[in-house]
Amino acid sequence: MAEVIARLEDITLNYGERIILKNCSLDIVEGAITCIIGLSGAGKSTILRLLDGLRKPDEGHVYIHNHDICHMPEDALNEIRRKISLSFQFAALLDSLTVGENVALPLREHTHMTDKEIRKIVEDALESVGLAHTFDSMPNELSGGMLKRAGFARAIVTRPELILYDEPTTGLDPIVTHLITDTIVRLRQKLNGTAVVISHDLQSIYMMADYVAMLFEGAIISYGSVEEIKRSPNPIVQQFIQGSEVGPIPI
Amino acid sequence: MKVLDRVGRATTGFFEYAGGIVILAGESATFMVRLRIRFLETINQAYNLGVLSTSIVLLTSLFTGMVISLESAVQAVQYGVGNLVGGAVAFASARELGPMLTAVVVAGRAGSAIAAELGSMVVTEQIEALTSMGLEVPRFLVLPRLLALLVMLPLLTIFADVVSLLGGMWIAQNYAHISTDSFIASARQAIGFEDVLKGLLKAIVFAAIIALVGSYQGLATRGGAAGVGRSTTNAVVNSIILIFIANFIMSFLLFGGG
Repeated sequence: MAEVIARLEDITLNYGERIILKNCSLDIVEGAITCIIGLSGAGKSTILRLLDGLRKPDEGHVYIHNHDICHMPEDALNEIRRKISLSFQFAALLDSLTVGENVALPLREHTHMTDKEIRKIVEDALESVGLAHTFDSMPNELSGGMLKRAGFARAIVTRPELILYDEPTTGLDPIVTHLITDTIVRLRQKLNGTAVVISHDLQSIYMMADYVAMLFEGAIISYGSVEEIKRSPNPIVQQFIQGSEVGPIPI
Repeated sequence: MKVLDRVGRATTGFFEYAGGIVILAGESATFMVRLRIRFLETINQAYNLGVLSTSIVLLTSLFTGMVISLESAVQAVQYGVGNLVGGAVAFASARELGPMLTAVVVAGRAGSAIAAELGSMVVTEQIEALTSMGLEVPRFLVLPRLLALLVMLPLLTIFADVVSLLGGMWIAQNYAHISTDSFIASARQAIGFEDVLKGLLKAIVFAAIIALVGSYQGLATRGGAAGVGRSTTNAVVNSIILIFIANFIMSFLLFGGG
């Protein structure tokens, strides 16, 4: 039976009056790629932030390796975070550092590697996302797509156990989308790592996902393999994956 | 009820604000004591926040010293006590205007820069990225700025005191025909080394106010560009208000009636 590396249990989270998640539960299976789909603004990115301890739920628990991170002191949470990487939707590179320095940052702060060792790892990470030539560039010199890939390189550089990708392919051209999707799959195979991916790109999801979870109105309404999701009898899931305007989802 | 509601909100807001700054100060101090300091970044911030503020501090101090001398010299010469002008300029510069004007100028330049930079980092998710990497934001961002200002503001205050005196001396000599020797003798009689040190102590407190208020406002930024603008304005306004309040309290405690 597959191990669960992370678990959301009965999460409720509100932003002011607005309910984002309500009794939301989800298991993240170790070694698998779990893709979360759902409408824009449904709370998918919030789930990633809950898994990384950046948001605390109003109710419920978030477990990483059976440790409830919701009530953990910051020092202990930082230890957990070192095993998790979050690739942000808009990269979130520090604009005062070069691309190479950005990617090297987690290694410099958390390891005792030499500059030479760090440089080699960073160059490899940048090469894996097709940005080997940008080591000394500043983030403001990169296009939107390149920025995303640089953020992606920073997320994978520490070889984390769990990588959280917030819309990794949004805004990228089809070739780079394929490259990124392929990299996510390769990394999982290489490191036996676990990934949670938020994406609207169904083709990418079908290529990489072991499990797909659909978030709708604050809860996971469908969960299963790609084939199970495709065959789901739930009309909301069917309307979403077919991109139809007609159906139970209010537009 | 509306009035009570407003009073309640304002009180809560005040304690939240004050508590937030105290917590930020405590966290930064903890990292400082544990020597978890980013030295290169601290030097970089000392340059950006301190060295680059030098010209504006010197300029304002020069004209402040000149105007004190100008105003006091006229009166002093009329009453036949022109030999006291140097003391007046030195007294005002070292104990009050040097530390406070330098702090106000640095609050306007460096405090706003801190709030704007950190605020931009909040809205572009850079702060979240640091946290998600397991990096402590107070150590990574606040402490270098705090240390830089704690070192640079007293230095700028010394420069301001000197330039203010020089400006005052030049005006006294050329406008009221008070000799340099008389001016310097009067200044030496009016203030002692202790006064200068107390002025520098004020500068250290003002530096902490500017760095912590700027950082807190920046990190508390919500919303996009408009939020960054609000944070920057609040950082400067609140810093200056706190500097004035702290100046009064410290003058009362340090100098009392003397």
